[in-house]
Amino acid sequence: MKPSAFEYLAPETCEQALGALAEHGDDAAVLAGGQSLIPMMNLRIAAPRVLIDVMRTPELRGIRNEGDRIELGAGVRMAQAEQQSRVPLLQSALRHVGHPAIRNCGTVCGSVAHADPAAEVPAVLLALDGEVVLGSVRGERVLAADEFFRSYYTTAREPDELVIAVRIPAGTPRVAFHEVTPRLGGSTGEFATAGVAAAAEPDDGGRWRRVRIALLGVADRPVRAREAEALLTGAEPTADAFAAAAESAAAAVDPPSDIHAGSEYRRRLVSVLTARALAELAA
Amino acid sequence: MTTISIEVNGTVHELDVASRLLLADLLRDRLGLTGTKIGCAMGACGACTVLVDDAPVRACLMFAVQASGCSVRTVEDLVQDDGDLDPLQRALREHHGLQCGYCTPGMLMAIVPLLESGRPLEPDAVREGIAGNLCRCTGYDTIVDAVVEASRA
Repeated sequence: MKPSAFEYLAPETCEQALGALAEHGDDAAVLAGGQSLIPMMNLRIAAPRVLIDVMRTPELRGIRNEGDRIELGAGVRMAQAEQQSRVPLLQSALRHVGHPAIRNCGTVCGSVAHADPAAEVPAVLLALDGEVVLGSVRGERVLAADEFFRSYYTTAREPDELVIAVRIPAGTPRVAFHEVTPRLGGSTGEFATAGVAAAAEPDDGGRWRRVRIALLGVADRPVRAREAEALLTGAEPTADAFAAAAESAAAAVDPPSDIHAGSEYRRRLVSVLTARALAELAA
Repeated sequence: MTTISIEVNGTVHELDVASRLLLADLLRDRLGLTGTKIGCAMGACGACTVLVDDAPVRACLMFAVQASGCSVRTVEDLVQDDGDLDPLQRALREHHGLQCGYCTPGMLMAIVPLLESGRPLEPDAVREGIAGNLCRCTGYDTIVDAVVEASRA
């Protein structure tokens, strides 16, 4: 239960961090909050030869307003984002991540880079049409969340790239986050059995537009319920519309079974949680 | 080896450490502060919870090199100048909030920041604060009772 030996690098600038990644690439792991990486190292599921600690890099630490987007750097811890990000959907989702002690260390970008399909932050990024900023010595590229998440713990990030930041559009008026975890009664502490992150903007006539529904824990990555979104776009927010959208979201997924829940149960959770999220959006 | 500077319970230590040394092992093996317990070493049980720059963290999920430049508080820091238990520890004992005691240091360090506001705590706030700390002996009600009382003292 002790990690393998590794070389520890603590770059003080982003340029140095990217240089270290270019040099060590596949042999290296990026260390941010470490709340997923260090357990895997303690269990020796992961044994990187080099760790590049990006938390000693002041320029990666900020939460910035970039025009109509809010940018959270690689060094922004979840507890900080929970209090300061001014992204309500992210803030309510973060309250479900791990425990306070985990959020005091873990980072927003780290959760995105780790890409656990049951994690909350990737689903939020997908629901809000967020972007991932990837940097390397070869240059910078920006990917939509939809393009970034590929499969279980697998993303479009190349070995020499760093998730420098995530960008989230500001000002989505109505948002809701709901999830169910294996331990009942607790709001925090475990990965979700299934969850929903949703957003919508009512127009002046009370009809919904820009409806976004992202699901977590029900596929190999966070997924959008596009048919359900289409059903609600331009619709009036009625109980019948919500029920139809919830059924559509459930019908569109083929969730995995595991020790906590079977596929059918997860599908049922999608329906129930989507209906709850939509009712909250309408409230 | 990396040289780190770390303040633990008010004392600054300059130490050469292997990069893979966990903060929990630094505290226990190098500094002799065995009050911090290691239960699972994978972040699940909370027994190793300590304060790093006043925030509770898992000492098994942080390398000692990451804590360089930080201020760490462990359960040993709670004891009063006269050697007596602090009020939170006394409340835990009075409410039978511990049995084998293995989870207690982690519980205490998760709770300490909750009490710092000085406001009375509701049971639900205590439950959320210790949600990441497992106890296999007493259950949690007596711990919650003790913390609620300590917050009102």
